[in-house]
Amino acid sequence: MKKWLFFWMLTQLAQITRATLIEVCPDCNYCTPGEGILSAEAGDTVLIRQSHYYETNILIDKPLTVIGENYPVIDGQMLDHIITVTADSVVLQGLQIQNVGTSFIEDRAAIRVEKAKYFQILDNKIFHTFFAIYLAHARHGIVRSNTVIGQAVDEMTSANAIHAWYCQHLEVSYNEVARHRDGIYFEFVDHSRIFENNSHHNIRYGLHFMFSNNDEYYDNTFRNNGAGVAVMFSKTIQMRNNLFIDNWGRSAYGLLLKEINDADIVHNIFQRNTLAIFVEGSNRITYKENDFIRNGWAVKMHGGATQNHFSHNNFFQNTFDLTTETNGIDNSYNDNYWSEYTGYDLDRDGRGDVPFRPIKLFSYIVNQTPEAIVLLRSPFVGLLNFSEKASPIFTPTNILDESPFMKPIPWNQSPTHDSH
Amino acid sequence: MIAIERLHKQFGKNKVLKNLSLSFEQKGTISAILGPNGSGKTTLIKSILGMVLPSQGNIHLFGKNIRGQWQYRDHISYLPQIARFPENLKTAELIAMIKDLRQRPAREEELIRLFDLQAHLQKPLAYLSGGTRQKVNLVLAFMYDNPIYILDEPTAGLDPLAIIRLKELLQEEKQKDKIILLTTHIMSLVDEIADEVVFLLDGHIHFRGSLSDLKSTYSGQAVEQAIANLLRQEQHNRQTSTRLP
Amino acid sequence: MNKILKYSLYDLIRSRWMFFYFGFFLLFTLGLFWLSPDLSKVAISMMNIILILVPLIATMFGLMYFYNSREFTELLLAQPIPRRHIFLGQYLGVAGSLSFSFLLGMGLPFLFHGLFTSAELPLFLTLLVSGVLLSFIFSGISFYIALKNDNRIRGFSLAILVWLMLAVAYDGFFLLLLSYFKDYPLEKPALALSIFNPIDLSRILILLKLDIAALMGFTGAVFKKFMGSQIGMLIAFIALLFWMLLPVLGIRRASSKKDF
Repeated sequence: MKKWLFFWMLTQLAQITRATLIEVCPDCNYCTPGEGILSAEAGDTVLIRQSHYYETNILIDKPLTVIGENYPVIDGQMLDHIITVTADSVVLQGLQIQNVGTSFIEDRAAIRVEKAKYFQILDNKIFHTFFAIYLAHARHGIVRSNTVIGQAVDEMTSANAIHAWYCQHLEVSYNEVARHRDGIYFEFVDHSRIFENNSHHNIRYGLHFMFSNNDEYYDNTFRNNGAGVAVMFSKTIQMRNNLFIDNWGRSAYGLLLKEINDADIVHNIFQRNTLAIFVEGSNRITYKENDFIRNGWAVKMHGGATQNHFSHNNFFQNTFDLTTETNGIDNSYNDNYWSEYTGYDLDRDGRGDVPFRPIKLFSYIVNQTPEAIVLLRSPFVGLLNFSEKASPIFTPTNILDESPFMKPIPWNQSPTHDSH
Repeated sequence: MIAIERLHKQFGKNKVLKNLSLSFEQKGTISAILGPNGSGKTTLIKSILGMVLPSQGNIHLFGKNIRGQWQYRDHISYLPQIARFPENLKTAELIAMIKDLRQRPAREEELIRLFDLQAHLQKPLAYLSGGTRQKVNLVLAFMYDNPIYILDEPTAGLDPLAIIRLKELLQEEKQKDKIILLTTHIMSLVDEIADEVVFLLDGHIHFRGSLSDLKSTYSGQAVEQAIANLLRQEQHNRQTSTRLP
Repeated sequence: MNKILKYSLYDLIRSRWMFFYFGFFLLFTLGLFWLSPDLSKVAISMMNIILILVPLIATMFGLMYFYNSREFTELLLAQPIPRRHIFLGQYLGVAGSLSFSFLLGMGLPFLFHGLFTSAELPLFLTLLVSGVLLSFIFSGISFYIALKNDNRIRGFSLAILVWLMLAVAYDGFFLLLLSYFKDYPLEKPALALSIFNPIDLSRILILLKLDIAALMGFTGAVFKKFMGSQIGMLIAFIALLFWMLLPVLGIRRASSKKDF
């Protein structure tokens, strides 16, 4: 990876040395961004001065650096695509792009990158668009520090803020994405990194992976989305240091794992989500040193999950720590801290001497009769849970933590950012 | 002043007062209400005070029916049988409370001196002995100048000196033209201070009349003897009546 | 009534039972904070105490006070004041001093732990409000029972039965009913059943602050409306106020008919 970065910097440098500067403003030679870009030659820089431009279907088919001064507005008037990039090494920076209308026929976007490499989309403001940034067959590109805010009302008439399809080696970082269908959407995207983004108030998911492998996301915040992150049909995804918070509602998850293999989920905080992690048909997944704080359900395992290993996680005051309908194969829940644990530690090794059963009878009851949720934390339900714990009848006897921690487990502060 | 007409009272199946009519009109009279246990003395007194609600019949005070009323109680001084007060209030606070409730000038200081209670004023009532509590009870009953006094076992727990003071107090009130009703088990007290006797038996008035009437009717030198004769005679009557059929 | 209230408060505030009650809450709450710095863990333990012990203690104390002050009540009955003022005054005295001890005992440790700058403030205020409401409701119920039963043993047995019913057994029947009819739409019946038990109501009031994330997972529209907005909070609160009023009306009625 370092190699291509170096090479790319060299080519950039080469271009800058012979670049001309093209200015765009209402009184300049070139009155609109489209005119400026059309007249520019490969390697030129187009400087767009502050103004309000109405323009659509701007095609960038040569390597250009397009820079806005004080965020000039390019307004699509709800009509069509605004900028389409088909050449390599294009930089788009400091623009305010707005008003792309909903279309049910084509994937209209504020910025569309198609079959291009080494692009950089930096520090733009994109408001009220259908798709905001749409990457198709793009590689080695950076989408960084953009603010993307839509006006999505429902899933049908809205689209994703940052949408990537058949891409590789992307960096999506430091963006704020809000009020779209999905905040960030990856479909067939491999070897990419998503970090330091703030994704909130999106109708469907804060971040959505489909059929994408070998990706990682870390240091992101997913707040108040329909669901925080959905990872589906993907392999070897690294999930680290993210905050999943306040994702409320029916079928609202912090993290949804569906048909996922070989993933690591480390050092994440799940706070006040209706369902922190929902696992469906996912295998060989490591959950380590995550904090689950006051979620409705911390973990819900559903259908054919094998080798899901939970260890060194902290479960703080979740309404339910764990529910599963089926008895999974080879899943383990040992060596965690459960605030609900009331056992003792006579040998003073920091671990409880009796196992903890994370599945409560009441969660089984609520599964059967959802309305029973109004009896949550009733003293009677407490009695039921207690007697079930003493001699399990309804809940699986083999799901337990053999050596629960007596105190919350501090995270192991090993560096979590790999250098690339 | 007090007119009781055809008063019935029953608690569940237990008829305590049966068609009882009685009035107290003569001012400056001390009437002793006597009778064996369960004869209805306390129920009668409590009916006058409105604490027991009649099953049938009416009670008029000062010419007014007392049903549903409470203001008339301002003209009655009542000494309850058992002197128990909120444990954590001080004596002075209790007196202040009753004064606060009645909002009338009272002569509590004079009575406190009379019963030698100064030392107990700042003590919580829980720490007072039974006799001292009864003295406090007396202060509360006598501190207002009311036309009617109703005293339930006024001598209970009192030392001889206090009993003498109480008798003086009663004589004094009698001189002031008060109507005084009292119940007691001490027959000598009746001999000494009462003007008339109302004797209740099974919820009826068995006898009403002056002390001399009582003594002559039941041929006793003292009230005690007369009452004993009365009861003996009654017992005899009852036995013969049950044997007859 | 105010005068009776004033003097019963004078009396009760100095009672060792009140000190005991205050001390219990103080030590209990301090102990919880000492065992766990985690506010929401403390909240859950306190919730159990509030839902079970506060009603029990309020009931027992109300009965004890009523039965112990019988003779004094008779003295008051002979005073020129309406009956209902005596009993309402005494009831308010008991409920007020219980609430006072409770508030002080639980509230002081919160203050020490800087709760008023914490994000959990609404949760703890809800806990305190629930405790106060339950103190009022259950001392009211106990006064009503005592007025209806001169026999102390009977009164105490009945009160314990009522407490047991509302605190534990009711939810058992409730759950049984829900499981039995689980194939029917149960949202409205479930909410209605909660309204008929003040302990359930208080619990739901607290849940709306404590477990809202889980409550929002429910699919039904009625629940969603109830839980998802302030409406649920408002309805539960109003229903609790009704529950507070009920024993008061009972006390008024029973006291006007009673012989002493």
